[in-house]
Amino acid sequence: MRVLVIEDDKEVATFLARALGESGHACDVATDGESGLAEARTGRYDVLIVDRMLPRRDGLSIIETLRRDGVTTPVLILSALGEVDDRVKGLRAGGDDYLTKPFAYAELLARVEALGRRAAPEQAETRYVVGDLVLDRLSHEVRRGDVPIVLQPREFRLLEYLMRHAGQVVTRTMLLENVWDYHFDPQTNVIDVHISRLRSKIDRNFSPPLLHTVRGAGYMMRDPRAAGDRAQGTSPGDARGRDMRG
Amino acid sequence: MTALAKLFSTTTFRLALAYLLAYSLAAAVVVGTIFWKTNDMLTGQVLQTITAEVRGLREQFEVGGPTLLARTLLERSRTPGNSLYFLADARGRKIAGNLDRVPPELLSGDAQSGRGAAGGLFRYRRRAPTGPETRLAVGVPIRVPGGALLIVGRDVEDQRDFANVVRRIFLWGFGFVALVGLAGGIWVSRSILKRIDAMTRASQRIMAGNLSERIPLESSSDELGRLSQSLNAMLERIEQLMNGLREVSDNIAHDLKTPLGRLRNRVEAALRDGETLAHAPCREVLERTIEEADELIRTFNALLSIARLEAGAGASAREPVHLAGLLADVAELYGPLAEEQGLALEVEADEEVQVIGDRQLLGQALANLVDNAIKYGAGRQAQGRGDGEGDGDGEGGGEGGDQGAQRGRIVLRARREGAQAAIGVADEGPGIPEAERERVLKRFVRLEASRSAPGSGLGLALVAAVARLHGGTVRLGDNAPGGGLEAMIVLPAASAHNGVGDDGGAMGEA
Repeated sequence: MRVLVIEDDKEVATFLARALGESGHACDVATDGESGLAEARTGRYDVLIVDRMLPRRDGLSIIETLRRDGVTTPVLILSALGEVDDRVKGLRAGGDDYLTKPFAYAELLARVEALGRRAAPEQAETRYVVGDLVLDRLSHEVRRGDVPIVLQPREFRLLEYLMRHAGQVVTRTMLLENVWDYHFDPQTNVIDVHISRLRSKIDRNFSPPLLHTVRGAGYMMRDPRAAGDRAQGTSPGDARGRDMRG
Repeated sequence: MTALAKLFSTTTFRLALAYLLAYSLAAAVVVGTIFWKTNDMLTGQVLQTITAEVRGLREQFEVGGPTLLARTLLERSRTPGNSLYFLADARGRKIAGNLDRVPPELLSGDAQSGRGAAGGLFRYRRRAPTGPETRLAVGVPIRVPGGALLIVGRDVEDQRDFANVVRRIFLWGFGFVALVGLAGGIWVSRSILKRIDAMTRASQRIMAGNLSERIPLESSSDELGRLSQSLNAMLERIEQLMNGLREVSDNIAHDLKTPLGRLRNRVEAALRDGETLAHAPCREVLERTIEEADELIRTFNALLSIARLEAGAGASAREPVHLAGLLADVAELYGPLAEEQGLALEVEADEEVQVIGDRQLLGQALANLVDNAIKYGAGRQAQGRGDGEGDGDGEGGGEGGDQGAQRGRIVLRARREGAQAAIGVADEGPGIPEAERERVLKRFVRLEASRSAPGSGLGLALVAAVARLHGGTVRLGDNAPGGGLEAMIVLPAASAHNGVGDDGGAMGEA
C-alpha cells in the first residue's frame, strides 16, 4: 500500500515512515498543509494519514478540499484532540477514521490497513468465507462446515466485522467503535470477553482455530491453512508476522 | 489637590454637575422669560395710561386751543405724582410742564418725523430732598398742531426698583441652589467614592494573591451593596475553583509521578541488567514500559475529558436519549464480563424515560459505573455476609453456574422521579460510607479499600462531570433492599410523548 503521511511533527513523521516501511508499505511524508494537499491531489496513494493541526493549511481543510475535488482516497485523521465532537467534526469533513495522539503503532497500522482495504471494491459481498466458516449477511446464518452456529445479534455483527477484515488485525477500539458504536475507552477489557464467547462458538470443537489473538494489537480472522488469505491481505502480512510474534 | 481632582473626575460628581448645569440653564430661561415679559407688560400698561391721557389733552386742545392746553399742563404739573409733562413752542422754548428739557431719547426717530405716539424709555433729572437724581420714565412725544411739541410721560423708577429687587432675590436664590447642589454633589460623590475606593483596594489585594479577601459590605440594600454581594459570590466561586484546581494539580503531580517513577526505575534496572544479562528480559521490560505508558496516557485522556466536560465543551450532540435502550446497550456490552466475574447483570428500566443529552457521554458514564460495580460491587457472599440473599441466586444462578458460586447482582436502573430521570447502577458490594460519598466524586480520590485494585480514581469524577454537563447530579445512596451501593445520575427528564415511537427501535437494535 502507498501511504502519504501529512504531519508536521518530524519525530512522529519519521517514526511513521519507518514503521510503515517495515510493515511493507511505501510511505511518503509531507510536513505542511499545502504540500500535503498537492501530494494528495495526485491520487497515487491508497491511504492518507492527516494530522489535524498543520502549518499553512489545517488538516480538516485539506480533507474538505480533496473531497470537493472528487479525490476519494481514504483518510485517517490524526489528532491530539480526542473528544467526541472533534471526532464528529473530522468525520463530517470527509475523514474516514480518527485516531487520537498519542497512539499505539499497532492501532494505527490496523486502521490504515482496514482503510486501504475499504478502498477495494468489496462492498457488494453478501457472504464472507474464512476457511470452512461461512457467514451469510442476507439470511443471517453462520455455519462452520456443516454445523450451523447460533449467534446473538451482537455476536453476529462482531463476527461479520472480523470476517470482513479477515487477514487484517482488528483492534479492540476498532471493535468497540464499529460493532458497539462507542467512542470511549472502557477501563476494563470488555471486548476480550465477547471475543472469547464468540471463539467458544466458532472455534471450540473445530480445527483449525480461525480467530486469533494478535498480541499487543488485537484480533485477526485467518485460516492458517489458506495461503490465499495472505495474498488478499497484500504484502504487509509478512511484515506484521514479525509484529504478531512480538 | 489630587484628591480633589479625583473627586471632580468621578462619574457621580460629573453627573451632579451636569444636572446642576442643566437645571440652572432651564431656570435661567424660565426666569429670564418672566422678567422680559413682565417688563414688557409693565411698559405697555404705562404706555396705555399715557395714551389715554394724551387723548384727554387733545380734547382740551380742541376745545380751548394751545392756551387751555398750556394751562391744564401747568395745573397738572403742580400736582405731585408720577406724571411728567413738557410743552414747547415751535421754536423749542418751554411753555409748561415739570420736565426741564426734551429728553433726547424721545426725539430720535419717529418722534421727530411728526407721527409721534411711538414712545419709549428715557431718563430725566429731578430735584429730590436728597439732591438731584436721575430717574427712569416712559414717555410719548406728540406734535401739537401749530408746531408745538408735547411730551407726556410717567415715572417708572419705582417699578424698576421693585423689579430689580425681585431679580436680585432670584439671583441670590440661584446662587444658593447652585451652591447647595454643588455641595450635595461633592458629598454624594465622596461617599460613593469612598465605597468604590474600598472595593478597589479590596480587589487589588485579591489580585495581589489574597483570594480569601472579600469586598466590604456597608449596606446590602442599595445597588453598590448588591454589586458587592454578587462580586463576593463570584470571588467565592473563584476561590472554590482555585482550590479545586490546586487540589487537582497536587493530585496530578502525585498520581502521575508515581507511575512515571516506576516506569523510570524499571527501565533503569533493565539497562543495568542489560550489561550483565542476556537480552531476553529487556524485551519484557520494554513491553511493560509501554503498558505503563498506555496507562498514563489513559489517565491523561480521562483528565482531559473531565476538564473539557467541566468547561462545558464536551457534548457534541443533544438528542433525546431513550434510557432503557441505553441501559440495554451497556448491559449487553458488560454482561459477559460481569458473568465471568460471577455477577449477574440485570436491567430494571421504566420504558418511557428519556433525557436530552449526548448518548456517547451518558453511555460512558454508565459504563464507568458498571465497571466500578464489577470491580468493587462483588460479593457479600464472597465475604461471607450473604446469608439473606437467597433470591439473588434465583435469577442469575443459572447463568453464573459454570463460574461457581454467584457473587452478587448488579442492576442497571432507569426510572422517573417526578420531573427528573434517574439512571444508574446498583450493586451488592460493601458500598461507600456516607461520609466519603461526596469525596469519591472528586478526581483521583480512591478509597483505602480499593487502593490495591487497578484504576485511576477518575471514573466517578468523569461520571460527575457528565452529570453536571447535563444539568444533573450524581447521587450515591444505599441499594435499598440488598445493601450495597446505588449510584444514580439524576437528570432533568425529557417529555416522554415524543419518544414512544423510538422505543421499539432502540430496544429492537439492542
